Amino acid sequence: MHWTDYLPALLEGAWVTVQLTVYSTILGSILAFVAGIGKLSPNSLLRGIAVVYIEVFRGTSLLVQLFWLYFALPIVGQVLGIDLRIPPVVAGVLALGLNIGAYGAEIVRGAIQSVHHDQHEAARALNFTPRQTLLNVTIPQAVPEMMPSFGNLAVQNLKDTALVSLISLGDMTFRAEQLRNFTQDSTTIYSMLLLMYFGMALVLTAMMRGLEHRVGRWRRAGV
Amino acid sequence: MLFGIEWDTSGPLVFAISILPILLLGMWVTIQATVLGFAVALVLGLIWAILKGAPSRLISWPAMLFTEFLRDTPLIVQLFFLYYVLPEFGIILPAFLTGALALGLQYSAYTSEVYRAGLEAISREQREAARALNLTTIRTFTHVIIPQAVPRIVPAMGNYLVSIMKDVPVLSVVTVLEMLNVGRIIGDRTFNYLIPLSMVGGLYLIMTLVASAGLRLLDNWLPKQGIPLK
Repeated sequence: MHWTDYLPALLEGAWVTVQLTVYSTILGSILAFVAGIGKLSPNSLLRGIAVVYIEVFRGTSLLVQLFWLYFALPIVGQVLGIDLRIPPVVAGVLALGLNIGAYGAEIVRGAIQSVHHDQHEAARALNFTPRQTLLNVTIPQAVPEMMPSFGNLAVQNLKDTALVSLISLGDMTFRAEQLRNFTQDSTTIYSMLLLMYFGMALVLTAMMRGLEHRVGRWRRAGV
Repeated sequence: MLFGIEWDTSGPLVFAISILPILLLGMWVTIQATVLGFAVALVLGLIWAILKGAPSRLISWPAMLFTEFLRDTPLIVQLFFLYYVLPEFGIILPAFLTGALALGLQYSAYTSEVYRAGLEAISREQREAARALNLTTIRTFTHVIIPQAVPRIVPAMGNYLVSIMKDVPVLSVVTVLEMLNVGRIIGDRTFNYLIPLSMVGGLYLIMTLVASAGLRLLDNWLPKQGIPLK
């Protein structure tokens, strides 16, 4: 078979990979902000939950998390008497999002803590509530700090989506495996697969750079 | 039964205790793969770092492109590539070695950056001073640069060691019997995934916490101003 014959199947998988990356990045970003801010909360219960979440998901392997959600969670449901069988796509997005969210939370926390202390005092002097300080003073300054690390995480997330092929989700890697089983033409198929991931990562990196530029605009305006 | 050890499914606790030794054997494979993969990453990363720092662009640019490629493609795909493509060129390696090689290759892209950052952090003046003192290039390297670069490099390398440990389960796709694969096989055969997979998660947490604590100790122990010379 000519290498172009593999393209339709691989591109079909590529679309699944793109969707998985987008959904899990969105979920991961939300979790990163919630857990990152939660870890700095004065409420010790919230802080405890955030710390446990971050430690568990950073301390174990993504594949362990994925298999646990896909194979073990339904059994927890059985014990509790509720149906917790989740389709592979949900398990995939959940595992990827939870994992990347835990890494992102540490970035969010670091960026928030890097905002200068004087800013908090100034906000307080201006009679801002803690919520107003967080939303209007701290976060706008912290976000540009986070962007370079978030860019790395997004590429990491794209690479991690390849693991969902192991719970029979039809992403790019899964399609390549099917093609290889069918044709035994490993060299061509895996070379194409590697190049396609590389291309996607380059596009994603460029997009994240663009985003970084956008959210950092106000800084260059001359303060 | 796995590795010749029988399990007992009469109760959840008995079951958990009976499979613990089997999981620990899997953990031993995980540790071996981590150490071997890390060693490969350290050696290859140094080679990439030297090539990337080469004065000629004919050498440094391809090296940069290659490491970028390694960094931007998934470990599992690199592993499949090595596992299925190398034999077509007559290189047949056992699954475990292929896996460790893939881990090392992927992480060499990251370690090469650590080496580069560590070496660049030693200022130009120090090299010039060494030269003024008539030190040879080799002596400059072994007595000036390396003693100062090591304390900067070690913490970052330690983080990658932990990352490699968490990526070892990927090796299960080429039949390596590491801890997650062992846990999954037990689940397949007993129809009980919850206990083995939760135990694998717990054991992973212990491994990463111990490794992180060890690295923190090492980091505190290393002198910040460079390794003292006699």
